[in-house]
Amino acid sequence: MPNAEASIFKALADPTRRAIFERLTRDGEQTVHALTKRAGVSQPMVSKHLSALKRARLVRNRRKGRETHYRARPEALAPLVDWIGHYGAFWQNKFDRLGDVLERMDK
Amino acid sequence: MTTPDTSTRSVMVEREFPHPLEKVWRALTENSLIELWLMKNDFQPVAGHSFHLRMEPMPNWNGVIDCRIVAVEHGKILSYTWDALGLESVVTFTLTPTDAGTHVRMEQSGFRPDQEAAYKGATYGWQGFIGGLERVVAGLQ
Repeated sequence: MPNAEASIFKALADPTRRAIFERLTRDGEQTVHALTKRAGVSQPMVSKHLSALKRARLVRNRRKGRETHYRARPEALAPLVDWIGHYGAFWQNKFDRLGDVLERMDK
Repeated sequence: MTTPDTSTRSVMVEREFPHPLEKVWRALTENSLIELWLMKNDFQPVAGHSFHLRMEPMPNWNGVIDCRIVAVEHGKILSYTWDALGLESVVTFTLTPTDAGTHVRMEQSGFRPDQEAAYKGATYGWQGFIGGLERVVAGLQ
């Protein structure tokens, strides 16, 4: 497995980190403070998880005043998305349906 | 860095259908038949004709695929562009009569590993992807 993929898998293998990444992807940019409120773990733990996500390039951060804001980089998942595979399965399915349509055209 | 042309990849699906070529051609080129196996459409088998294929809208995508006929040769070749979700591709059907019926080859070309489609797809499909990821991770441990 290439390094980028390995680090992404590793970062998302932890359920708390995965929940944080999902929340950032779904709800947009948030502060560490806001994330901590909903994470069910302490702020230092959230910060640690965020650092791990950042090392895997799954999130980026910016400092604004005293708060650090994090947002997801869903594009970081791109190397893992097998587009060719998706389209291959799509066309196999469509060809199945084409076969059914041809059968029905007989009647 | 490689040039874009050498880095594009394609999907190919081939199948032999036990039906005469003319019938298969109709299924590929008549609106009501295309809708039955592929998608709703305003297709016309005329070179240069622009049309849309429409599937059910999804979160972050209206389900519309922009197409334009590149080549149409009755009973032999049908080729159209297929642009959606940042993917700019060409779909080509090649028909060949066989003893048992008709051989159909579909090739969709133009996939670039670096392209926006992967980004948009990841954005739009990430939730399902994460579900799959959990299974992969479970398998690794």
